[in-house]
Amino acid sequence: MRKREIWKGSEVIAEAAIRAGCRCFFGYPITPQNEIPEYMSLKMPQAGGVFVQAESELAAINMVYGAAASGMRAMTSSSSPGISLKQEGISYLVGAQLPAVIVNVMRGGPGLGSIQPSQGDYYQATRGGGNGDYRTLTLAPATLQEAADLMGEAFDIADTYRNPVMVLVDGLIGQMMEPIVWEDRPGRTLPTKVWAAQGRRGRDHNNFVTSLYMDPADCEQHNLALAEKYAAMEANECRWEELMTDDARLILVSFGTPARVAETAMRNLRQEGLKVGLLRPITLWPFPGRRLGELAGEDHVKGFLDVEMNLGQMLDDVKLAVNGSKPVQFYGRCGGAIPHVAEVQEAARRALEEVE
Amino acid sequence: MTVIYEKTRGLQNTPLHYCPGCGHGIVHKLIGESLDELGLLDTAVGICPVGCAVFAGSYFSCDCIEAAHGRAPAVATGVKRTHPDQCVFTYQGDGDLASIGTAEIVHAAMRGEKFTTIFINNAIYGMTGGQMAPTTLVGQKATTAPDGRDPATAGWPIRMAEMLSTLEGLVYAHRVCVVDIPHLNEAKKAIKRAFQLQMAGAGFTFVEVLSPCPTNWGMEPLEANRWLMEHMAAYYPLGVIKDMGGEPG
Ligand SMILES: Cc1ncc(C[n+]2csc(CCOP(=O)(O)OP(=O)(O)O)c2C)c(N)n1
Ligand code: SF4
Ligand SMILES: [Mg+2]
Repeated sequence: MRKREIWKGSEVIAEAAIRAGCRCFFGYPITPQNEIPEYMSLKMPQAGGVFVQAESELAAINMVYGAAASGMRAMTSSSSPGISLKQEGISYLVGAQLPAVIVNVMRGGPGLGSIQPSQGDYYQATRGGGNGDYRTLTLAPATLQEAADLMGEAFDIADTYRNPVMVLVDGLIGQMMEPIVWEDRPGRTLPTKVWAAQGRRGRDHNNFVTSLYMDPADCEQHNLALAEKYAAMEANECRWEELMTDDARLILVSFGTPARVAETAMRNLRQEGLKVGLLRPITLWPFPGRRLGELAGEDHVKGFLDVEMNLGQMLDDVKLAVNGSKPVQFYGRCGGAIPHVAEVQEAARRALEEVE
Repeated sequence: MTVIYEKTRGLQNTPLHYCPGCGHGIVHKLIGESLDELGLLDTAVGICPVGCAVFAGSYFSCDCIEAAHGRAPAVATGVKRTHPDQCVFTYQGDGDLASIGTAEIVHAAMRGEKFTTIFINNAIYGMTGGQMAPTTLVGQKATTAPDGRDPATAGWPIRMAEMLSTLEGLVYAHRVCVVDIPHLNEAKKAIKRAFQLQMAGAGFTFVEVLSPCPTNWGMEPLEANRWLMEHMAAYYPLGVIKDMGGEPG
């Protein structure tokens, strides 16, 4: 049997990145994710990699851009206000078709907000966030084991599609401790980075990594080529977990920390004989909307309750998926507050009463 | 037949888009020649700015990366730290380096990043059509300073080479210009020395080039060169500002 070890969330993310072959980290301190750069400053050099504490998040993401453009597995992490500053660089990474992994350990906002866990950056992560017409594949682990497993996937997906991948967790997952097992990951067969600017070294042409297309016809073609990648990600990379949806009358939809709360609420309600299920998106973009739409079409499903740590952002995606065919209710806490099991149970009972 | 002069292998055969009398094309040529003569073309990575030189990666025959406005020093840090044996340089205008990217250049110099920055100071925002730059001279007209730069509201022009030279991490700062052959030769010597010191691992190296922008200065090319020597060189003194490099091995 593999060894179970107790780890802290942020350190799991950092260690999993090193195990996934990431050999450079660029970051700037911000609570609640300081353990990531701290861990990296110690362990990255030991792994033969590079750690730089940047002067700002703007600089950090542009260091990632440079390292990625020269063919490296590169990563940065931050929390909400810092991720806002990184949006410039994320847009350029997409435009220049560069793989990289960006971790956001979300805290309360807007502005400085609070340093407590939040999911207030769902829109920013799933709608692009920076300028331009683009998508960032977003992974949202709900346990430390899942975080450990998904980091390697994040780098592989980024390399497969030459697109940045965001790992979106709330501050609770960054700060909590939990037992995990380090599994060997098979890894994907990845394309070689023939486009990388790392010196010609005998190549008969120069590589020029850029996001600039001055001719609108070229820029349109570029955007259409990006759109094909997004379509491929939607077809191949969408992930979710379903619990007890087979006979559920009410389906809870939730990701990250509140999904754990919702799962407990669901199990308690099941003990009372109430048929409640849970759909937990693991990729927030692409969103498992097609599956939700299928569930909405089932006769036994009478409604949905979306549970988030914000004012209702994923709610838009749930409503789009359900498309008016069944009622969608919402329960959320925000600004750094975490929903209690009893609150979610209460909201679920109310939702059930309304739909029955 | 003897070859007396030929186009450097350091540049591709793409026609340059720069205006007649512009300094950018001349500095491109000096960089291309320097990389070639030092045997660095095959391993160099150039980081291009946002500004008139945004297409530089289509001109240099080495690998290039286009950075966001002002972020070239951060991009160069990402490349050089992960590829320490390679020659890495940024090529940046004055809006790029001395305004939006001030934090990035100061901190790259502070850390003593082992790359070279070629700084094209033309005292104007060229690409966007002649707005005031942080380097615009007092009294110099710009589209956002229609009566000339007024220190009361716009402050005084910034001397980047001197400012950065206060940092320990910077080992070489040299201000040159490209108005005539003797100055061109001096500029090329400076660029080569910067690359040599970089490859010797000495620290951060910086070459500031006073460069004419006849289009946005509203002058004929020769008049622009005269204006540069008379006014710009008076405020931004030419010469070596700092050299801690010694013999680059
Ligand atoms: C974030 C951002 N802000 C503004 C611009 C618009 N812009 C493009 S070039 C430029 C100024 C360039 O001036 P300089 O760096 O002096 O270069 P030059 O054209 O004079 O060589 C500006 C403001 C931009 N592309 N990106
Ligand atoms: S606008 Fe000025 S800096 Fe730009 S190409 Fe023309 S002369 Fe050169
Ligand atoms: Mg300029």
